[in-house]
Amino acid sequence: MLTIPLLKLEKEYPYLPYYLDDFEVEWNKEKSFSDNLLDLPEAFFEQRKMNRKEVEEDFEIYLRNASACLSEEVRNVGSITIIPGKGKDGTKESFVPITIRKGEMIAIVGETGSGKSRLLEDIEWQAQEDTPTLRTILIDGKSKDEWLRNGERRRSIAQLSQNMNFVLDMNVEEFLRMHAECFLRKDEISEKIRKVYDVAVSLAGEPFSPDTAVTALSGGQSRALMIADCAFLSRAPIVLIDEIENAGIDRRKAMDLLTGNDKIVLIATHDPILSLMAPKRIVIRNGRIDKILHRNEKEEAVLLLAEKKDQELMRLRNMIRRGERVSITTLE
Amino acid sequence: MRLVTFAGPPATGKTTVMTRILKEFMNEGKKVGACKFDCLQTEDDKIYTQAGIPSAKGLSSELCPDHYYITNIQTVYDWGKKEELDYLFTESAGLCNRCSPYIKNVLSVCVIDQLSGIRAPRKIGPLLKLADIVLITKGDIVSQAEREVFMRRVETSNPKALIFPVNGLTGQGISEIARAIRNMAMEREIEDETLRFPMPMALCSYCLGETKIGKEYQIGNVKHIRI
Repeated sequence: MLTIPLLKLEKEYPYLPYYLDDFEVEWNKEKSFSDNLLDLPEAFFEQRKMNRKEVEEDFEIYLRNASACLSEEVRNVGSITIIPGKGKDGTKESFVPITIRKGEMIAIVGETGSGKSRLLEDIEWQAQEDTPTLRTILIDGKSKDEWLRNGERRRSIAQLSQNMNFVLDMNVEEFLRMHAECFLRKDEISEKIRKVYDVAVSLAGEPFSPDTAVTALSGGQSRALMIADCAFLSRAPIVLIDEIENAGIDRRKAMDLLTGNDKIVLIATHDPILSLMAPKRIVIRNGRIDKILHRNEKEEAVLLLAEKKDQELMRLRNMIRRGERVSITTLE
Repeated sequence: MRLVTFAGPPATGKTTVMTRILKEFMNEGKKVGACKFDCLQTEDDKIYTQAGIPSAKGLSSELCPDHYYITNIQTVYDWGKKEELDYLFTESAGLCNRCSPYIKNVLSVCVIDQLSGIRAPRKIGPLLKLADIVLITKGDIVSQAEREVFMRRVETSNPKALIFPVNGLTGQGISEIARAIRNMAMEREIEDETLRFPMPMALCSYCLGETKIGKEYQIGNVKHIRI
């Protein structure tokens, strides 16, 4: 590493400039790091209280560590298990431990303030009787201490919520490219971001162009982009969603997309359709998991009907948007 | 006493996060204290007082905050010793991006916020790169993609550090950070220890109070822009 010309080294370690920039010296990129050091005045080393050898060592350590953290794989997660804890009033939760597997979606329902978000936080934190709910969360049947190194849990979990916004000054394509560059090989990037973009548009209901600024997207468009991005670019196998229903996106498609990509999806929601889309739903009351309902046949019929009504409303909305007149027959 | 230095750009949530960590140590029965270094004015010591944490504050005012910090760190350390603290946290704000107040062999924590933009990890320089622990605040209000990209940039800027996302408002992530600090902070004297990165040099006429613009007023260690 020390003897390779910086220009060449940069091809293999693209983050090299991050390191070099800090030295406040002009690097000759045709030369190697060691050769560059030879050209530097003694004052350079004196100021840093480091000798040539120490500077070289530091350089090598940086390159090695940086490439190690870039090549770290995200763990493949097969299941999450929730083990009962206690409610706000101290009463024990009485449900049978529940396991959610890869490709499954589960809804979390309950009144505002009942503790839906708290359950998501327990999962994010991988609680071990160390949160107010005293629940335990197992990932692949194992507790936090058994399989976690710093950062591994974090990389395994993606989160989406109503409060999240894009804050970057970039357009959709630049944004996706930047995210893709974190994990993909150069030759895979263009195709992948095209796919994310196409899917996002199909979820949003309202088309947007790849050169729209991400901050200019509507609520629905940005949720759609976040979901498509989560499904295809984020490597996290677990997706925690906290209330995204008012965005006007195609919810069925969105959930199919995430579960179809082998994600484990937990969604806290007030939306009847999203709740019923999940084969199981966790009901939370006063901080406790009160019960776990399996969707029955009657509810499946309700879901179909609700989706139909929803489509009618969607049609109504689009007509009004286009400036058309509507009548009672629109809804029949 | 274990000294831990915290630094980060202004308004990233340093005080809030530090208060939460210190409270966690207090709950374990430890004696804790904090010192805030700032430029012009700070109300943050009141936050510590409200939380029942003994605190000191130092304002650099007309002096360079970094130089002020390093001249006074020993005094602050001695104060902590006198108070018989188990943990003393110092907090530096108002530093320029060129600076880092970290001392060799003293646990150094950098606090940056997700809203400071995707280029921030590169711009911040030694403040981020030489830290042992990096805390990322305000991640709960940006998209997953932005969190992942930001994390990547921090990792490549400082591959040695332990990195934790933290929510200063809800306290999410605090106990994990407290655990890391417990394991990493060392008990040791700081006299004769060395800074991890040299402070910016300040020996020009403007350091001495010059206010006029123009070549003839510039004396000493000056550097000219090349365009």
